[in-house]
Amino acid sequence: MPLTEVEPFTATESEQREYHWTLNFGPQHPATHTTLRLLLTLDGEKVIKAVPDIGYLHSGFEKLGEDLDFNQYVTIVDRMNYISPVANEIAWHHSVEKLLDIELTPRGKYVRTIFAELMRIQDHLLNVGTCALDLGAFTAFLYFFTQRERIYDICELASGQRFHSSFSRVGGVMADVSLEWVNKVRAFLKGFPRAHADVSRLLNRNRIFIERTKGVGVLTREAAIDLSCTGPMARASGVVRDLRKDEPYLAYPDFDFKVICAQAGDCYARYRVRMLEMQESIKILEQALENIPGGPVNAEVAGKVSLPEKMEVYGSIEGLIHHFEMVMPNRGVPTPTEEVYAATESPNGELGFYIVSDGSNRAYRARTRPPSFIHFAVFPYLIPGHTLSDVVAILGSLNIIAAELDR
Amino acid sequence: MISEVLAQLGQDLGADAQRVSEFRGNTRVHVPPAKVFAVLQSLKEKHGFDMLVDLTAVDYLYYPDATDRFGVVYSVLNVTTGDRLFVRTLLNEPNLKLPSVFSLWKGADWMEREVYDMYGIRFEGHPNLLRILMPQEFAAYPLRKDYPLRGRGERHNFPVITRAES
Repeated sequence: MPLTEVEPFTATESEQREYHWTLNFGPQHPATHTTLRLLLTLDGEKVIKAVPDIGYLHSGFEKLGEDLDFNQYVTIVDRMNYISPVANEIAWHHSVEKLLDIELTPRGKYVRTIFAELMRIQDHLLNVGTCALDLGAFTAFLYFFTQRERIYDICELASGQRFHSSFSRVGGVMADVSLEWVNKVRAFLKGFPRAHADVSRLLNRNRIFIERTKGVGVLTREAAIDLSCTGPMARASGVVRDLRKDEPYLAYPDFDFKVICAQAGDCYARYRVRMLEMQESIKILEQALENIPGGPVNAEVAGKVSLPEKMEVYGSIEGLIHHFEMVMPNRGVPTPTEEVYAATESPNGELGFYIVSDGSNRAYRARTRPPSFIHFAVFPYLIPGHTLSDVVAILGSLNIIAAELDR
Repeated sequence: MISEVLAQLGQDLGADAQRVSEFRGNTRVHVPPAKVFAVLQSLKEKHGFDMLVDLTAVDYLYYPDATDRFGVVYSVLNVTTGDRLFVRTLLNEPNLKLPSVFSLWKGADWMEREVYDMYGIRFEGHPNLLRILMPQEFAAYPLRKDYPLRGRGERHNFPVITRAES
């Protein structure tokens, strides 16, 4: 006996019949990982529309940037993308040094490059780990978090703080690195490929993971450019752009590495780009670590651009005066009355700072170009047509850090 | 490369309307507000500047020797060649409005909302010009220079909504 015929709904009809649900996703939800909110309009399990609502963590970082001097603001910048704090510091001081026209010493450049690449690995580790966690792969998350701990240890040894290191300074870094530190990074480089291979084997051909990510949240190349995407997001969509190659800064011209790109533009492509980028970072780290030049780590200490070493400050009257002159609000380095924009390739994309200087030793305006903010704006374009469970997969692949999103 | 683009722009839109300056490798075009949209449209459609990297504003209230109150900076990028260009315009009260560039770059959506939220500059033609970081009922524009660093006590005076009312 044939079943009773049921008239199928089309999208427009179901819209007329008010079959839509509105679902509030966040601001406190385990899959958002941070504080953000989505208003989802659902037709059954299918998402028709998503409206992001942000600002829960807005704490006026840019306003604070106008009140703190170039070295003090590093502690605030640290807290933007707190998954890879030193990468933010490097981006901030990259802009400041461009404004003041400071050339770093070769050793300073190498130390910063090593930190930048460690931060890239750290950021990608968390992103891949939590993305897998949200999709049900708990083991990958644990393997990668162990590696993150190693990087925290490396930060602690160099700066004294595990999380918010505040390691970089105008014209250099807080303190020179030791041989013990180099050996610690070496040990990390030795152990990391195994964890990476383990997770690759766990996820690359994992049927559940592939089903949940392949073809989900497809971003075309044109859309990626139109929506201002940068970094792994854009590279997974076929935009061949990496500031480390296109606008070389620090010591990147010295190293041999590849820019990882993919064509598909879906969540799986973004995952693969991040995984392979970590391997390239390892390559950079190996080259940088074995070739760290000698000499001073801070630029032009005699020319009174960067802060003097702590031993000198505590041990000699000249050092104390030098330090005092650097940190006094009406002294310090003469700055041009100009505006400058400089960007670095942070783990998440182009992290740039637009600094307006009025001649004093603090920024008149310190605008951040936050990749998370720009990438989250893409979300409403990616989700329509997918199911509710894909929200988690797409959100995971965008790598939204709410502290940077809201600043 | 950039110089060719600038020469072409000058020919198309009148050389008197724009001034070019450079600082540490950043090339900036200074354009009056009325011509901003035409310049950006020409940059996008004729010269291949297909990405709007950043859009921000500056309040020049206490800036030394400043003649105008606000500056709006568009940072555009040609993805193929890697050329960057900064388009700057100056605005004064009470005329704080600019045409929205959402029709040129979809990425302008949230950036324009943020500038509106922080400075009160309106972008005409934007589909949904609401506050983005601050709450909708917030009255001031917090990144303006006449807004105090510690706020005006709004934080302690937000209306409290009880569960019964919501």
